[in-house]
Amino acid sequence: MKLLTHNMLSSNIKGVTNGFPLGIEAEKVIERSVDMNPDFLKNMFSKIEWKPLVEASRIMGYSDLPEDVPDSSVLDSEEFLRKFHHALLEIHLEEGALVCPQTGRKFPVNKGIPNMLLHEDEV
Amino acid sequence: MSRPELQAPPEIFYDDTEARKYTSSSRIMEIQAQLSERALELLALPDDDVPRLLLDIGCGSGLSGETLSENGHQWIGLDISESMLNIAREREVEGDLILGDMGQGLGLRPGVIDGAISISAVQWLCNADKSSHEPRLRLKAFFGSLYRCLARGARAVLQVYPENDAQRELILSFAMRAGFAGGVVVDYPHSSKSRKEYLVLTCGPPSLSSATPKAKGEDGESCSEDDSSEDEENPTVCTLDRHRPRKKQKVNKKGKGRNWVLKKKEQMRKKGNVVPPDTKYTARKRKARF
Repeated sequence: MKLLTHNMLSSNIKGVTNGFPLGIEAEKVIERSVDMNPDFLKNMFSKIEWKPLVEASRIMGYSDLPEDVPDSSVLDSEEFLRKFHHALLEIHLEEGALVCPQTGRKFPVNKGIPNMLLHEDEV
Repeated sequence: MSRPELQAPPEIFYDDTEARKYTSSSRIMEIQAQLSERALELLALPDDDVPRLLLDIGCGSGLSGETLSENGHQWIGLDISESMLNIAREREVEGDLILGDMGQGLGLRPGVIDGAISISAVQWLCNADKSSHEPRLRLKAFFGSLYRCLARGARAVLQVYPENDAQRELILSFAMRAGFAGGVVVDYPHSSKSRKEYLVLTCGPPSLSSATPKAKGEDGESCSEDDSSEDEENPTVCTLDRHRPRKKQKVNKKGKGRNWVLKKKEQMRKKGNVVPPDTKYTARKRKARF
């Protein structure tokens, strides 16, 4: 699972009002290189919640992203885009779990696929 | 072949063997690719070569997602069948996969997705496969969460196989109730085989951009007149005898003629088959020395 997906996912257990961001328990992290596309990154930048992305990438062992929310002028810098691209698309959570921030319910991640199926009493 | 929807719930029907069968059939792969190509076309993303973040609902083994990747888009796929997702993983699809049930809501942040497609999946929601399943609630949860996660003005194109008119009405009414504008596009309505239905939904108030696009193979006005005149010329004779004579072929020395060929080609076109264009060479007689 990419961090891009993590940044979009939220827990939708019944009664949970703020299911974002999901916590990460990383057991195995892999990296897969992907071609960079600056247009896509610029398009996505406004939609990304920055703090959770920085937090998540740190848990996954990558801490080169700036701590504070950068303004959109940094999008012209090749160096920033490369880091952003790496964090967003190249780091994969292979084994581990996602944790609902409100209830602590764990969603297991196996072979890179998070299991977001809810039990009957959670719908 | 009976509908898979009637046999078992999706997470059980698409087990390891069925998932492998599904993905090794070249016919299914071709149809899936065509459907997703058309869905992407109906999605009408801005033509500026910027890759978008799309959602593939019921992505299965990633056949539809491959079309999205080929067009350069990033996608997130959701499916309820673990076996199908495992095959998608083996095939090393580029999108991210999530094991989830669309009837439980999508669980995505609001306003982040640029477009959603779904190939042959949404009709599963009309089934109650467990005692806790209530199709209406599941449709409501699905369309509600889909509406929320789409960006304003974004589209969702859902290709569906409704079992009957009531099911189509049900799906559409819940989409409208969630706030979507749009309607159903039916490609090749005259053919039972190639007939395909797409729900084209736009997030936000109705506008010019939310007008439902035109379907393929729809115009069929010219045929009715030809048919009736043809019938009057060749009235069929009814014989009740057991040993009725073989059907008389309407072939004389000249053959069936150009008009007959043109008519047949038109019929095939309406069924959605691929037919070569009509040219001056169509049904032209060969030279005697051939």
